[in-house]
Amino acid sequence: MNALELTDVRKVYTMGDGSDVVALDRSNLTVAEDEIIALVGPSGSGKTTLCSMAGGILSPTEGRIVVAGEDISDYGDKELTKFRQESIGFVFQSVNLVPFLNAKENLTVVDELGARTGKEAQRRADDLLGELGLGDRKQNMPSQLSGGQRQRVAIGRALMNDPKLVLFDEPTSSLDTELGEQVMELIRTEMKRRGTAAIVVTHDERITEFCDRSVHIVDGRLES
Amino acid sequence: MKLALKELRRRPGRFATATVILTLIAVLLMFLGSLLDGLIASSTGAIRAQDADAIVYSASAQASFQRSRIEPDIRSAVESVDGVDEVGGLGVVQLGARVPGNGPRDLANVALFGYELAPDGVPEPPADGEAYADEVLKADGVEEGMTIEIGPARTPVDVIGFVSDTSFNGQGGLWASEATWRSTLAENRPDAQLADGVWQALVVRGDVEPGAIDSATDGATDSYTVDGAVNAIPGVSEQQGTFNQIIGVTIAVALVVIGLFFALITVERVGLYGVLKALGAKSSTIFGGLLVQAVVVTLIAASVAGALVVLLDVVIPPGSIPIAVSIGSIVSSAALLLLAAVIGCSFSLRRVLKVDPASAIG
Ligand SMILES: Nc1ncnc2c1ncn2[C@@H]1O[C@H](COP(=O)(O)OP(=O)(O)OP(=O)(O)O)[C@@H](O)[C@H]1O
Ligand SMILES: [Mg+2]
Repeated sequence: MNALELTDVRKVYTMGDGSDVVALDRSNLTVAEDEIIALVGPSGSGKTTLCSMAGGILSPTEGRIVVAGEDISDYGDKELTKFRQESIGFVFQSVNLVPFLNAKENLTVVDELGARTGKEAQRRADDLLGELGLGDRKQNMPSQLSGGQRQRVAIGRALMNDPKLVLFDEPTSSLDTELGEQVMELIRTEMKRRGTAAIVVTHDERITEFCDRSVHIVDGRLES
Repeated sequence: MKLALKELRRRPGRFATATVILTLIAVLLMFLGSLLDGLIASSTGAIRAQDADAIVYSASAQASFQRSRIEPDIRSAVESVDGVDEVGGLGVVQLGARVPGNGPRDLANVALFGYELAPDGVPEPPADGEAYADEVLKADGVEEGMTIEIGPARTPVDVIGFVSDTSFNGQGGLWASEATWRSTLAENRPDAQLADGVWQALVVRGDVEPGAIDSATDGATDSYTVDGAVNAIPGVSEQQGTFNQIIGVTIAVALVVIGLFFALITVERVGLYGVLKALGAKSSTIFGGLLVQAVVVTLIAASVAGALVVLLDVVIPPGSIPIAVSIGSIVSSAALLLLAAVIGCSFSLRRVLKVDPASAIG
């Protein structure tokens, strides 16, 4: 089963003065079950918009969005919240860890907000932090971690709910080149290990080397 | 909710200002409540102590002893009402008393009652020239066995014992015989002197409604139950009303403080809330956390304030400020504050609902 199928998806923002901004225009995209896709395009081209819709944060104006067989095109707020909780992992551009939780708690919070498996989540968080090379940093607060370490915690958080699709919005933009490549390497390893699909948004062509395939977007239009 | 509690524990500094301000407001609130209770208690003790089914004033007296006159024929009429078992006269004179050992201007405020039927906790009327004193008068230096001089005429009265919670209009009760009351009244307030047999009020025991007494006297009397008489004491409901207004304003201030504080916190956290929502947090979970924090902050403030007020009660010398600190009134103040906290917090509900998970991304 494909991780993501976008069919003629369109997103139009209506501005205060009544004019329309077409952020994404009739796009079609298929991401296979364990595929890692690089989404490359200039600023304002619609990358974030596309990811937001694929991740159930935004609803499309038109078109169909199917994630791992689940059609979310017509979902309301409540259904989308549950969908995100169960099926999607996000890694945001700026590292948005909860500042008053330590590394491990930043992972287990996902469980507390959702499935509430308790012990199992504790074990899963330990495993993930170990895999991400943070086994000895579990008790550190975000302020006591380096930029790269924080980004790794964020990756761990995105994997906590065993998602069908992980969305990375410029995961390396706040890191230097070397660290960025390390993080990308790690993302690739973790995704492939799990067989989880991912979309990695980036400006940076070098990042695309770590992905299976690149998709370019210009002015809200996808070009394969 | 776990998240909210963790934040409270790990970042107490963020909540310190709000907690301190709320504690001060809670102290004010609890102090006002205790002061009101104390004032009311010291205004009404003598009436509350009456072991009576009805208290009878004359028709136009508006429950004021000074204005009330019960002539012997009215008393007979009351005595013959169906169900009436016992009727006793009651009268008071409020004066300053010289206490041995105190300076000449340092007068103790007393309300000297003449009574026939003993109130709760007060023995039968003592011999002429003697009185039982309310223990609040101890703060003025009154002791058992002492002779105090009452009013400008310096009528001597021997204190032969103490009773409690029998103050009237904030003045310590002195409980004396009919003759002692009549002579004290006549010597010190000649204009208010009453003929023998004429009382200011009647205390009635029996199976009888106040209304039945008033119709039996053809409207010459104005009768109350004890509770009714307490509320009818001139000034009591005004006192209560004024205090309740001040208390209401204080609670409104608490509500605004909590409302503003959590509105600020919510604004500050819009980013965090966006991330949590993107991770699948429901608005209700987030708002629930906010409520939990407001409730915890308020509970801490109320507990500290409660302890401070109890301490204040111990520190304030008895008789100086009439405060009556009770767990009941502290708890009800805390409950009002909690309600204010919840309402104040709910002003932020809309903002929490409006947080867009899309704000976390991009
Ligand atoms: N909430 C919104 N309201 C109106 N217009 C929006 C909104 N969000 C995005 N847009 C517009 O939609 C278009 C695509 O925006 P999007 O954020 O998807 O770009 P992007 O490719 O992620 O850019 P960047 O690389 O700068 O993050 C832009 O023209 C943007 O101005
Ligand atoms: Mg973007």
